[in-house]
Amino acid sequence: MSRFRPGKKKVLPPINTASLPDCIFLLLFFFMVTSDLRQTNIKLSVQTPQVTEIKKLEKKSLVSYIYVGRPMPQLQAVYGTEPRIQLNDVFATTDDIRDFISSEREQMDEVEQKQMTVSLKIDKDTKMGVVSDIKQELRKASALKINYSARRKSPGMR
Amino acid sequence: MARRELQPINAGSMADIAFLLLIFFLVSTTMDVDTGLPRLLPPMPEEDQSEDKSEIKKRNVFVVLINKDDQLFVETEIVDIGALKKLTKEFIMNPDDNPNLSEKRLEYVDYFGNVMVTKGVISLQNDIGTSYGKYIEVQNELAAAINELRNDLCLQKFGRRYNDLDPLNETEKGIIEAVKKVLPMAISEAEPNKTGGS
Repeated sequence: MSRFRPGKKKVLPPINTASLPDCIFLLLFFFMVTSDLRQTNIKLSVQTPQVTEIKKLEKKSLVSYIYVGRPMPQLQAVYGTEPRIQLNDVFATTDDIRDFISSEREQMDEVEQKQMTVSLKIDKDTKMGVVSDIKQELRKASALKINYSARRKSPGMR
Repeated sequence: MARRELQPINAGSMADIAFLLLIFFLVSTTMDVDTGLPRLLPPMPEEDQSEDKSEIKKRNVFVVLINKDDQLFVETEIVDIGALKKLTKEFIMNPDDNPNLSEKRLEYVDYFGNVMVTKGVISLQNDIGTSYGKYIEVQNELAAAINELRNDLCLQKFGRRYNDLDPLNETEKGIIEAVKKVLPMAISEAEPNKTGGS
């Protein structure tokens, strides 16, 4: 048979790696398209509460975040230990929320503005006084869809 | 002058560069999905129209109060958080037609026909000194109570759990809407109590 022809040895040609960069670029573009960048750098330590009745937020581009919590330990010398509000990258007060909401709204399509959701990432040790103030401001800004951000807790655990 | 022959560019390191970029994007992107309890805030009342005139009977209001020391009161009595779910379910369903619990009215709902729908409203009140963790815990218990009732109803009627229904499917979306009508999640949040303090 020709398969076992003696005497003639074939040398395996080296694999052509010229298309390797293309493969990697393909992966790269896939990740660039499917994910969005981490926009904010959080200066507060936020431990969201744990709940059982959890729901996922659908569209990330329609969600704005409000963070409330104590400043990170390395920032406490400057900003103190009282709970603070963070919008995007800066510390803010409740008065800034309305401007924040309207600027977030402007970045969206007109059709999507109605579905805008505000996710409240609030530390579980925060007092409700701050939270109520934020909710009142959101009502005034008519951003009524909110989400109390929380982590999953398996049911039965207490 | 001797002309130099053009050397081909070595593209061997192209893959490394691409890998570097790839790893940068992998690190800097967020894959985690935000989860939580979605809620709808009531719209701000119009300027010219004062307080909501529609009176709700006392028996139809289920008062849940958390004070500044994170103690839970249900209808002026201190209760443990573990008991809240059962009390809420009892209030909404009112199986024995207890005159102290919520009233019901007959209403036509798709898929169900004429059913008794509760008139009960849960009034969640808190102090400015209440901790957010406790507040969410109570919100969660109330949501759990209503969710369990909806699950039971769906299992009874359609043989499927409410949570397993797919909102993207047209008929199942209709069922979800109908179940929401039969068992509405009516949680009203009063304006915060300014006394007490932190």
